[in-house]
Amino acid sequence: MRSDEAQAEPGEAAAGAGQRAPRRLIARDQLGALIQTLAGSGYAVIGPTVRDGAIVYDEVRGVADLPAGWTDRQEAGRYRLERREDGALFGYAVGPHSWKRFLHPPAELLWRARRTEDGFAVEAAPPSPPRFAFLGVRACELHAIAIQDRVFLGGTYRDTGYAARREGAFVVAVNCGTAGGTCFCASMGTGPGVSAGFDLALTELVGDGGHAFLVEAGSEAGATVLAGLASQPATQAALAAAEAVVEGARAGMGRRMETAGLKELLQSNPEHPRWDDIAARCLACANCTMVCPTCFCTTVSDRTDLAGGEATREKRWDSCFTADFSFIHGGAVRASRRSRYRQWMTHKLAHWIDQFGTSGCVGCGRCITWCPVGIDITEEAAAIRAQATGPGKPEVTHGDA
Amino acid sequence: MAERKRPTLAVWKFTSCDGCQLSLLDCEDELLAVAGAVDIAYFAEASSTLRPGPYDVSLVEGSITTAADAERIRHVRASSKVVIAIGACATAGGIQALRNFADVGDYISAVYASPEYIRTLATSTPIAAHVKVDLELRGCPINKEELLEVVSALLAGRRPEIADESVCVACKRRGTACVMVAHGTPCLGPVTHAGCGAICPAYGRGCYGCYGPAEQANTAALSAQWRLLGADRRSIHRAFRTFNAAAEPFRRESDAHGDEDHPA
Repeated sequence: MRSDEAQAEPGEAAAGAGQRAPRRLIARDQLGALIQTLAGSGYAVIGPTVRDGAIVYDEVRGVADLPAGWTDRQEAGRYRLERREDGALFGYAVGPHSWKRFLHPPAELLWRARRTEDGFAVEAAPPSPPRFAFLGVRACELHAIAIQDRVFLGGTYRDTGYAARREGAFVVAVNCGTAGGTCFCASMGTGPGVSAGFDLALTELVGDGGHAFLVEAGSEAGATVLAGLASQPATQAALAAAEAVVEGARAGMGRRMETAGLKELLQSNPEHPRWDDIAARCLACANCTMVCPTCFCTTVSDRTDLAGGEATREKRWDSCFTADFSFIHGGAVRASRRSRYRQWMTHKLAHWIDQFGTSGCVGCGRCITWCPVGIDITEEAAAIRAQATGPGKPEVTHGDA
Repeated sequence: MAERKRPTLAVWKFTSCDGCQLSLLDCEDELLAVAGAVDIAYFAEASSTLRPGPYDVSLVEGSITTAADAERIRHVRASSKVVIAIGACATAGGIQALRNFADVGDYISAVYASPEYIRTLATSTPIAAHVKVDLELRGCPINKEELLEVVSALLAGRRPEIADESVCVACKRRGTACVMVAHGTPCLGPVTHAGCGAICPAYGRGCYGCYGPAEQANTAALSAQWRLLGADRRSIHRAFRTFNAAAEPFRRESDAHGDEDHPA
């Protein structure tokens, strides 16, 4: 299902005007049945799992693969797994991976050409991409996927590989019950509750000896899958508990981004002294762009083999933090760390709005947690605001510059 | 299709361990293709048949540590159309550039039974400090995939696809959780040039910096973070003073963290 379709027709499947589909309750073991159902329907089921001291996204074959009883503690430049007492399966915030890894993979073969007797023959990319079922997609991640949909599918040129992977995907969302120390989706208006863009949405209800999931179908496909699970009508108590889960996450946000006038603020402060301060700390290592669920830049490389009989064109994740990224005749346009960080942050929070109609930031906090030196985009934005020449006085800024 | 004329290839060793040359022999599956694509004219490690130049391409391993080396590299340059420096020794001076920070006479006395037979320069320097180098391939040792890519690119007359980025980018493409952030393990990845495929972090180890400094390497900011993770000045000093000790950003950072024998 495409998220923009869901957004265009909210509540299509609802029981009544202005209402969402009736929610159902399933027991914990039915989550395993859900995974089996999706796998049995030909999906590669991708979900959260513990690996190398982090919760990453990878193929899951059953509930046993999920991070039961794990949570994470996140701060700028720091991530640690910890046990939690209640055995929750989704009791943590987002980790180092995002769904971009599957929809917009790190490397993708575009075509291969082979030399023939009278020229060469081109073979297009592999025809049948895997059909993914994503389990445990958070509200911020649904927004991130919607943003990449606009980038790859919304313009004149559609990314056909992305389109194939995206259209075949089945999305099982999860309402967040635990906010991370670097989360700020509440202030970006992208969470912690999910509103659209899913086939099924879960809310984990754990405690008082019980462990169940409130389930909402967001599409026909989702409703069909839900009908195949053993479920009960949601009680008022369950609905209230689910509400409390999301409110708990909302209250627990570790960070906050002030978005009022943010675009104008950044666009009118290109010479702010804070950029120099950031440049002294920034490693230009590109980690922020790699973990960002909306960063979409790629580079394309053509290679030939030793015998000169075969050529390949591959697309790979690239980053605005490398010199090659802006290298043109004569050198790199953005030669310094200062100009690269400024480019990334102002694009993400300001120019993105001009380009795609929304902010490029969904408040997931990955760039803060996974920056090896803990540079915090919310703190940098606040520092720029604290000593801003603008907004409202952009001409002064330009005059000073 | 017309047969391409096979370019002649020479492989030269200066002060080094031979590990980078061995990467060529380590190509195994591709070795026959290499031998079919280029005319290996001079490769003492592989064959005792050594043909005189000129050569189309010279792969140069090792650093310059003797007056004889300094003379010989000029002949290599003069007899080669393209000179490619391979490995940390050839591109940064190698581990033997530790002598640059000390008195080479002290080293000789400590190591050799008959120091009077040793004729050596006071420093170990990269090939580019002596002659024009057309391409540098980093690493201790180099990555054979990168070597094959360079040779393939030369044969096709195209630009080699050697990414100028940090090890972090390779870690993220690979899906490895950051060892610094998730484990608190000091890692040189953020300031180190990619090329190895980010092997060490994939096995839970911090990057050792085998591929030398990345472009825009902010070593001071990384050292500050290492201190927060509990690394002392001596371990930071030693981390930057290994295979690429004499590469300028690493040299500066190790110096900033004191002398080996007299930690600042």
